[in-house]
Amino acid sequence: MVYLDHAATTAVRPEAIADMTEEFGRLGNASSLHGAGRRARRAVEEARESIAESLGCTPNEVVVTGGGTESDNLALKGLFWARNQADPARRRILVSAVEHHAVLDPVHWLAESQGAVCEEVPVDSHGRVSPADLRAAIARDPADVALVSIMWANNEVGTVQPVHELAAVAREYGVPFHTDAVQAVGSEPVDFAASGVSALTLTGHKVGGPVGVGALLLARGTDPVPVLHGGGQEREVRSGTLMTPLMRGFATALRLAAEEREDHVHQLARLRDGLVATVRERVPDAVLNGHPDRRLPGNAHLSFPGCEGDALLMLLDAHGIECSTGSACSAGVAQASHVMLAMGADTETARSSLRFSLGRGSTRADVDALGEAIGPAVERARAARRKRRAA
Amino acid sequence: MTLRVLAAMSGGVDSAVAAARAAEAGYDVTGVHLALSKNPKSYRTGARGCCTVEDSRDAQRAADVIGIPFYVWDMAEEFDRDVVQDFVSEYAAGRTPNPCLRCNEKIKFEAVLDRAIALGFDAVCTGHHVRKSDGRLRRSVDADKDQSYVLGVLDREQVSHAMFPLGDCTKDDVRAEAERRGLAVADKPDSHDICFIADGDTAGFLNERLGGEPGPIKDESGEVLGTHQGAHTYTVGQRKGLNLGGAPERRYVLSIEPVDNTVTVGPREALQVDEITAQRPVWSGSEPFTEPTACTVQLRAHGEVYSCTAVQRDGELVVRLDEPATGVAAGQAAVLYDGDTVLGSGTIAATARSGEPVPAT
Repeated sequence: MVYLDHAATTAVRPEAIADMTEEFGRLGNASSLHGAGRRARRAVEEARESIAESLGCTPNEVVVTGGGTESDNLALKGLFWARNQADPARRRILVSAVEHHAVLDPVHWLAESQGAVCEEVPVDSHGRVSPADLRAAIARDPADVALVSIMWANNEVGTVQPVHELAAVAREYGVPFHTDAVQAVGSEPVDFAASGVSALTLTGHKVGGPVGVGALLLARGTDPVPVLHGGGQEREVRSGTLMTPLMRGFATALRLAAEEREDHVHQLARLRDGLVATVRERVPDAVLNGHPDRRLPGNAHLSFPGCEGDALLMLLDAHGIECSTGSACSAGVAQASHVMLAMGADTETARSSLRFSLGRGSTRADVDALGEAIGPAVERARAARRKRRAA
Repeated sequence: MTLRVLAAMSGGVDSAVAAARAAEAGYDVTGVHLALSKNPKSYRTGARGCCTVEDSRDAQRAADVIGIPFYVWDMAEEFDRDVVQDFVSEYAAGRTPNPCLRCNEKIKFEAVLDRAIALGFDAVCTGHHVRKSDGRLRRSVDADKDQSYVLGVLDREQVSHAMFPLGDCTKDDVRAEAERRGLAVADKPDSHDICFIADGDTAGFLNERLGGEPGPIKDESGEVLGTHQGAHTYTVGQRKGLNLGGAPERRYVLSIEPVDNTVTVGPREALQVDEITAQRPVWSGSEPFTEPTACTVQLRAHGEVYSCTAVQRDGELVVRLDEPATGVAAGQAAVLYDGDTVLGSGTIAATARSGEPVPAT
């Protein structure tokens, strides 16, 4: 099996498994007042401190959630509600056109049912948002902007946004800036304090932690209205029994990712460049999408002219090569990527794309196996496409 | 090399068991669910066809239990063009189409088969109740469930790439086997309705697309007996729904004239025909009949079987029935059989009685 889908999820680090296994064997609710509770609480808070240290924030800025989607929902809905309640004129939510559906769908919901106005800030053909465009969008009426949400790095095409500059623009106007950094953490130098963002989403399972745990980092003074009400955990922002074992696994994975990041990134980028070169050797007209160098080190998003991505994916799968079309599915049918369309691609090109994503454990042998399979697969997929067009 | 088989999986019990049997027989099987609706969410409730999100998940779950790869193929564009639009335009022309048959002909064994072959598969496997022996289609052992009629439109090449693992057993056998194999779809109800008309209201569906212009219902002499709410919603042989209050004798739809929006009715005897002309003949189980040849013919799904003499003449299939039949509608298939083996078929274009043509519909 050749796993080239680390952006979807990646293997849990053995160190994280060891910590979680130990913790799952222990009794105690971190909110309880007795000894077992105190012990669990200590584990939770140590994990929180470790998470904070890995991400350059303070422990009380870490709100632990069930994952990236929950963090995005809390940030978008919670901050919109808070800002709009403080001043009903604040209705506009500015997002990039290439956000993940975990951001776009909450914003669309807010627009449909909560009186929000969704405004998409355009991207260039590499998928980058320009700080000048964001400034122009805010400056049109700074008083009516509720919040800005622009992802740190794109999950499909891997483009990294100029987050520091973008956050600085929002800060100038006193507008909260949220960023979905699910794909960036572990690859990019994510330092919350230095970045200047007000809220940041991350998740465990993309960095070698368990699935089912994530966090929303909230800068002091950034106070969303809760989405989950209940026991008042996490500073009353996110109620729910604290997941002690998952938090420990998450913290351990984050610590290792931060410690090893520079070497890891270097090695991944070299391997990724080799992958792109290998594919282009076999399929000379394959096109690399996204930014040529401001991109995630493990991401290679390629268009194969004349192919349907889903057919190509199936053919590679049959050879044990696992990748993704990168875009969302509707009832199992891969949709033309909104990211590619926002970057100016036509539907045909958008549908002809595959995402190969490398991660811990990826080797040159994986790349070579892809190189062996990609040529004949593309030829087949092209024949099928021609046949379909002729019909 | 192992034969590579693409199993079309609707999410129902038949196609799940068919895929399981093909996999167990040692073929290299890949499951594919066909997404046929452009907006599957709109069919989420009420539909019992093969276009819902739940059906797709059921198919995926079955594939996972069987242990085969599974994908969804987006065939919405082809389905809309070749089945839905064809359905509407056939009614608009006063004919009575069979969309399941068209779907087999144009989608499952053309668009899907072509794509499968191009992608390296050797055959398409479905859960139809039909047997295949010596390259020819034969009726299922379960006479009630037999689907050879809706596959009678396939040509020899299409049949040669088809695999039907269920023809030798009954529907009850299939359900029992699904249960035994741990396929959760074992108890799923059969689908009967036209899958793209979620609420089963075919007349409403057609009126929406063709407009429901009221027009006259006349008898054979031209006398106006009543008013209809859209000629295209009627079918030759239909008796119910005419609302000719007070008419002493039973009347049946004899013909539909979409051009002047007229429905002609008459007594049952006037429906009787014994000569049928069918277009686009295909011969999956025989060489074309160049001489009049005795065989049997079926004229609609689950319909009666008639003894006849058939011949292909000037590119058309001419079928002479030994005894007259009633309610033969243009647009349906005339499928020829030799015993339980499918010989070939054509699409009914015109009917006549004892050499006298009745208005072609």
